[in-house]
Amino acid sequence: MKKLIIITASCFAGLLTSNRSFAQDEDLLKLLGEEKTTKEWVKYAFKSSRVINSHSMEFLNPGTMDFRILHRFGQLNQGYKNFFGLDQASMRMGFDFGILQNLMLGFGRSTYKKELDAYLKFAPIRQSTGPGSMPVTVALVSGVTLNGMDWADPDRKNFFTSKLAYYFQVVIGRKFSEGFTLQVVPTLVHLNLAPFNTNDNDIYGIGVGGRFKLSKRIAFTWDYTHVVMGMPDSGYYQPLSLGFDIETGGHVFQLHFSNSTGMNERAFITETTGQWGKTEIRFGFNLSRVFQVRKSKKQ
Amino acid sequence: MKSLLLFAVAVFIISGTSMAQKYYTKNGKINFDATAPTSPEKIEGVNRTATCVIDSKSGNMQFAVLMKGFEFERALMEEHFNENYIESHKYPKAEFKGEIKQNDAVNYSKDGTYPVKIKGKLTLHGESKDIETEAKIIIQNGKISAMAEFSVKLDDFKVSIPGIVADKVSKVAKISVSCSLEPFKS
Repeated sequence: MKKLIIITASCFAGLLTSNRSFAQDEDLLKLLGEEKTTKEWVKYAFKSSRVINSHSMEFLNPGTMDFRILHRFGQLNQGYKNFFGLDQASMRMGFDFGILQNLMLGFGRSTYKKELDAYLKFAPIRQSTGPGSMPVTVALVSGVTLNGMDWADPDRKNFFTSKLAYYFQVVIGRKFSEGFTLQVVPTLVHLNLAPFNTNDNDIYGIGVGGRFKLSKRIAFTWDYTHVVMGMPDSGYYQPLSLGFDIETGGHVFQLHFSNSTGMNERAFITETTGQWGKTEIRFGFNLSRVFQVRKSKKQ
Repeated sequence: MKSLLLFAVAVFIISGTSMAQKYYTKNGKINFDATAPTSPEKIEGVNRTATCVIDSKSGNMQFAVLMKGFEFERALMEEHFNENYIESHKYPKAEFKGEIKQNDAVNYSKDGTYPVKIKGKLTLHGESKDIETEAKIIIQNGKISAMAEFSVKLDDFKVSIPGIVADKVSKVAKISVSCSLEPFKS
């Protein structure tokens, strides 16, 4: 009996003290326990789906269209007479579409060789954090170009397929930190018709591109492709571009200097004629404007 | 003897239920609207994964929300929100810790709508600021819903709006919160 009274009393005491503890400043959210860390995609490795010329590891969001206007001016070493190259301009107009988080496609047309190009880009592996995370993004790019010029030699038997070239790339990239992204891009360009019979139809290269963020809206970028095999003997050089990405509201401006004129993979990898050492470089800019074509997941 | 034992058990149960006077949710809704009056498009986002706990006894309440969980109609807005304004990689969470004023006036066991005042500290973008707002607590069948609307000056939280987008993004964001909470059982 006495024991029970003691139990009852201690219950009351317990009730009172426990009530008092509520009045104290406690962390209520701790009650719900630790949040589970969930798998999260690493996003915004680059401001744009292209580093400068090359495809980047970044994808457009699903339901968006990126309208890209690219300009490459003349060589800087032409001096004041040609206003340091600005009197000449070569351009490419392109439309890129985000289909899924890891699938996009696009097409464009360049003034250089009146060339049409189209590509499909898909990432089977995407960089992520949390459980089951991946350290890198691996994106596969497959593209085709169609030369729009008249036949160089109309007298021989010409095939339509001779105007086509293909390229295949594997973009392996990692956003190391908020400010630093690096990617390596093994590339194969296949020309159905090589310019000379001494040239190879297959050109192998390896690209190295990256971004270094200088502020929230400005980043330094570089884009280099080293042609390892199949480069025509003379007159062609390795394409290197250095530039800045500047974001202003809905636009991304990519201002840069490059030794290549071409703005598709076939053109800038196999037909870069400028040399950085001789200031045969050109000023250029890419203007990217992303439109929301289809409404996002938000209801 | 037996009745005393029953009484002891009853006290246990009662004390148990009276301790379970915390309510929680893990999918509270938070809307945020920073559309400038001159903006042609709506700058608004919604988060449906806010966590909230209310202690009905003391009137203490707490919110936490992951900034990456805000969804926007346009993907580019979401990117800019995370990358340029809120910097969610640096400050992944926003938190509110406060209390319900006149908590005694709210009868949590009786259905009804109770207007209250909430006072507390909001931490966002690494900055903390005291906030006071009107809110509503609705009790229905043992569940409670909480609703509040207030405005924050983005400047107070060191979120800078560059001049180039000033005609679209307002310097003051309207925030509305709506949660339905369930009794917490440990």
